[in-house]
Amino acid sequence: MTIYARRIFVNRFNLAVSLLTMLFGLFWLGWILFTLVDAGFRAIGPELFALATPAPGSAGGLSNAIVGSFAMAAGGTLIGTPIGIMAGIYLAEFGQRGWLAPATRFINDILLSAPSIVIGLFVYEVYVVSTRHFSAWAGIMALALLVIPVVVRTTENMLRLVPDSLREAAAALGAPQWKMITLVTVRAARAGIVTGVLLAVARISGETAPLLFTALNNQFWSLDLNAPMANLPVVIFQFAMSPYDNWHALAWAGALLITLGVLALNIVARVFFRNRTATY
Amino acid sequence: MSTVANTLEGLAGSPRSVAPESRAIPDARLRRHQRLDLLFRLVTRAFAFLVLALLAAILASLVAGSLPAIRKFGLGFLADATWNPVTEQFGALAPIVGTLVTSAIALIIGVPVSFGIALFLTELSPAWLRRPLGTAVELLAAIPSIIYGMWGLFIFAPAFADYVQPALTATLGEIPLAGALFRGPPIGIGVLSAGIILAIMVIPFIASVMRDVFEVVPSVLKESAYALGSTTWEVVWNVVLPYTKVGVVGGVMLGLGRALGETMAVTFVIGNAHRLSSSLFLPGNTIASTLANEFTEAVGDVYFSALIELGLILFLITFVVLALSKLLLLRLAKREGQKT
Repeated sequence: MTIYARRIFVNRFNLAVSLLTMLFGLFWLGWILFTLVDAGFRAIGPELFALATPAPGSAGGLSNAIVGSFAMAAGGTLIGTPIGIMAGIYLAEFGQRGWLAPATRFINDILLSAPSIVIGLFVYEVYVVSTRHFSAWAGIMALALLVIPVVVRTTENMLRLVPDSLREAAAALGAPQWKMITLVTVRAARAGIVTGVLLAVARISGETAPLLFTALNNQFWSLDLNAPMANLPVVIFQFAMSPYDNWHALAWAGALLITLGVLALNIVARVFFRNRTATY
Repeated sequence: MSTVANTLEGLAGSPRSVAPESRAIPDARLRRHQRLDLLFRLVTRAFAFLVLALLAAILASLVAGSLPAIRKFGLGFLADATWNPVTEQFGALAPIVGTLVTSAIALIIGVPVSFGIALFLTELSPAWLRRPLGTAVELLAAIPSIIYGMWGLFIFAPAFADYVQPALTATLGEIPLAGALFRGPPIGIGVLSAGIILAIMVIPFIASVMRDVFEVVPSVLKESAYALGSTTWEVVWNVVLPYTKVGVVGGVMLGLGRALGETMAVTFVIGNAHRLSSSLFLPGNTIASTLANEFTEAVGDVYFSALIELGLILFLITFVVLALSKLLLLRLAKREGQKT
């Protein structure tokens, strides 16, 4: 075999392997989604949204867990988003000099990928221990701590994409800096920031580990933020680990709901961002 | 932005001297806006500081919580494999080894696959397929880890036990010495299954970093290599990869950081046994899975603080890994800035 034939062979072989790895990745995605749809739809019915989590062997649904998940995700997002946006504004608009901005940027990127279970431990230590009980508030705090780094990152990135000529135009009209930022640059970057918030919501709605030590779980209907609150991920964890068939079925239904929600949020965020930024 | 602010002050001040009566901004209003500017800057600064303080607070609370265990066991905690809540003897060796072994398996499988995917997305894929395929890979990252865990326990583990494990024992298990790793009861759950699930979970992270860094390679470099007669593979292996080496390692570290701290998926499939075993087929545990399983049931100060010390160890390991990853990626970004 000549060296040319060998090089062509190596090239073709390696590119074929590359195609296979792509299929390998898609294979898992397809398999997981297929399983979820297959096992989840069998358990989805009107009771799922009407009844609270049942005792083993009796009929029930996931209504308390669905409501609890919504409440805590909303709480975490409402607390985390403003903090993240403000910090992101500082990094993008004032962060050219000094030590604080580079240090914050660095630490924020680490928090972005830090193990979420450690965030749960932290909230347990500072809040649950002092109040002596698990509560929805603790869960909301843990989720807010997970929202912050995502929003900081996207806010900064999106603000940096705003052309400086917009800032200069605002300044030339005599706008003070706070007006320039709130009315011009943040508004121009709005689509990107909303995308970041949507991605943060998607991330926290599936988080289980930080809720195990904070919100725990609740078999019953509860909207009391100072008491443990049911939520889909922890219910799925408990039910899937149990030996009861009807709990397994509910766990699959919950898993399907969460996955559909998270994937829909991700896709909506992408499409929204693409449509809104295409007009600039 | 400070230059803009200076210009702004200059502009706001100068018209007064030119046209004092009509165009002047009243002093009081100017001062009010200057005060608001300062306030705005300080408030956003405070929030940025909050992010920084958060990390310090996490570290401080974990250290404070683990003090009883540190006092009782000292450094021996790291090298001791006993875990006995009854006699209150705790050592972190088994979970630490479990964490490192599962993450290593994840990288051994995940890195080559991610490289292949990144190569496909940047060099091979037709342009119209690039975005949908890239999105699909990123969706793999968006699936919550508990879903991986549940799927792993009910679907993957039985299939793995029926088809893959006997085959592995028959082939890799025959190798002297290393073969012991692949012998054992084919029960589906265990260290190897956890490592494989972790691999699927880190592939999207590593692949998307690799794709992003591959895209920063100047096309002049690639075109020169093609002009000299290189094949696509030779361009990728000899031009793209050396150019992006630092970034690729950064991406791998990012994946490693994710794998080390992954909790729910591992908790479902690793079997949660506090022991070191010679086979990858046997159940084990990781730091995160131990915390998820035992934290809410722990009784007694020593047990509790031993668990928190585990959390501290996990946080420190991931911190170092992620910091390295970030530094490497920053180095690549800096070089890119110089070249252009």
